[in-house]
Amino acid sequence: MKIKNTKTRMMRVILYIVLIALALVMLVPFAWMLSASFKLDKDVFVFPIQWIPANPRWQNYVDIWNKIPLAKFVTNTAKLTVIVTFLQLLTSSFAAYAFAKLDFKGKDILFLAYIATIAVPWQVYMVPQFMMMRSMGLADTHLAIICLQAFSAFGVFMMKQFYEGIPTELCEAARIDGMNEYQIWYKIMLPLSKPSLSTLTIFTFVNTWNDFLGPLIYLTTESKKTLQLGLRMFISQFGSEYGLIMAASVLSLIPVLVVFLSLQKYFVEGVAASGVKG
Amino acid sequence: MGNIDRAASAQMQEKLSVLERRLEELKQRAEAETDEKKRLKLGVQIDKTRDKIRQTKTGERFSRQTKRDLVAYSFIAPNFIGFAVFTLGPVLFAFILAFLKWDGNNAMEFVAFDNFAAMFGNKRFLASLRNTLVYCVATVPLTMAVALGLAVLLNQKIKGRNFFRTVSFFPYVASLVAVAAVWNMLFSPAKSGPINMLLYNLGVAAKSLPKWSADKDWVMFTVVLFSVWKNMGYYMVIYLAGLQGINGELYEACSLDGANTWQRFRYITWPQLQPTTFFVTIILTINCFKVYDIVYMLAGGSSGVLNESAIVLVYHIYEEAFRNWNLGYASAVAMILFLIVLAITLVQFYGDKKRAS
Repeated sequence: MKIKNTKTRMMRVILYIVLIALALVMLVPFAWMLSASFKLDKDVFVFPIQWIPANPRWQNYVDIWNKIPLAKFVTNTAKLTVIVTFLQLLTSSFAAYAFAKLDFKGKDILFLAYIATIAVPWQVYMVPQFMMMRSMGLADTHLAIICLQAFSAFGVFMMKQFYEGIPTELCEAARIDGMNEYQIWYKIMLPLSKPSLSTLTIFTFVNTWNDFLGPLIYLTTESKKTLQLGLRMFISQFGSEYGLIMAASVLSLIPVLVVFLSLQKYFVEGVAASGVKG
Repeated sequence: MGNIDRAASAQMQEKLSVLERRLEELKQRAEAETDEKKRLKLGVQIDKTRDKIRQTKTGERFSRQTKRDLVAYSFIAPNFIGFAVFTLGPVLFAFILAFLKWDGNNAMEFVAFDNFAAMFGNKRFLASLRNTLVYCVATVPLTMAVALGLAVLLNQKIKGRNFFRTVSFFPYVASLVAVAAVWNMLFSPAKSGPINMLLYNLGVAAKSLPKWSADKDWVMFTVVLFSVWKNMGYYMVIYLAGLQGINGELYEACSLDGANTWQRFRYITWPQLQPTTFFVTIILTINCFKVYDIVYMLAGGSSGVLNESAIVLVYHIYEEAFRNWNLGYASAVAMILFLIVLAITLVQFYGDKKRAS
């Protein structure tokens, strides 16, 4: 018995060592980023690595706002992210309600249209999509990015699946009480679907905030660029200003970090659900 | 005025009598009918006729069913119109464009399969196809193994479990531009790069230090390494969900039989996770074929141009479309990408079906 105890204890210790090593691998790039953001360019690559700079250079976080129109980039990205997330939530939960709880002509065909495109990666139709937007005069506008992201089949799918889990009797009882369909959606379905709305929010938020290829194709004017594009532009122009690059990177991570840590539960649930249902 | 009213009401009466006669006839047929299915159909018709009678009597413009349809359409319209215009339309257009020659300004020209033929003479296309395949073959098993290992470790009762889970998942949500910037510095090809410095101090000769993304033999390796690091958290979460679905009694029975940790994994965890592994493989493979931005940021340098040692399919589509304006050709390459993804999706579809039966 005693031998077994020491053996399991040894296993525990090894387990923790492995886990801590893994956590380090995951965290070191972020720690390095933070540390370098407080250094002079010439000190960034000093070896052995000085994790906590002796004289933290706060100036990097001041300079970066003047070096590139960072405030403009942040406002652009925030604006796009908020609008896209709002539209995505509103229109997909609206459409999903009809698909899950109403009977109407052409329901199957309309839904098939959504299913058929979910297997087509965006990269396959990004070219004709761009040409279409250009002919509508939407090239180099924020509206193009909004149209691109706000109406995904993914959102409709997710919300439909959730609404199907809500008992139909609830809607019928409300109908008997004299509510119309819009009231049922607003007063019953919407409050009940908070968990899946949160999941959709965080997915849409993170995707829009981090999107690179979409803005890269559509946005050419500097004052319209998003944070990701602006950051990339800064890196290619001032490749050796390491301290500033890292400061800008840290700033660009903060919103995602905040949203992720506060809504983490829903994020994990969303990913897990996609895997279980397949 | 009165005359018109009277004429309208006479017309209404006539319509009503026709409808009522029809209703009676339908009712009789329904009673005489023995086949259950046909009877149900007649029942639907009876309801419709009744609805029409009610509609004629009250003078409403739409029948009840039409009203219900309209309400449903009003729910779907905001999303569907956007979806149809900005997704469905371009998808259909992409299929046509692959058979056209178009530079975006002049008239389109039908060229049949010329675009597809041109692909196989294009060095950059062949290089992009080869690199994408290499990337997939290396990334899929590696990511899967690490994700599964992490999930198994983090499914145990240990202190700080949530912390470890959060830490493993965070790279997945972190902005790619920012983390790629750090990686480029950590894996700097110079001797002073932190990783190279570490290797040097571990005894690797200065001459044989890898040049990472600057070396054509190492660039894909660097990309794969980064990709595994960035995405494994996502697949770990899927595996964790799969692990939580395994019945705990199986493990208890196994422990009673005296199985050790490895045997428990080999004979219970692994077989029970088959559906999850299948799903993860499919999703991972599809995502690997769509790779673009990782390579662009790690291997693109400051100009963002990829050479033949690192070019991938989506980048080839991008450069042909938006740099060279060969829109038809770019769409043809996109069709190849689509066919690959479609083939993988079909494998998944039939795999799931087979398992279900």
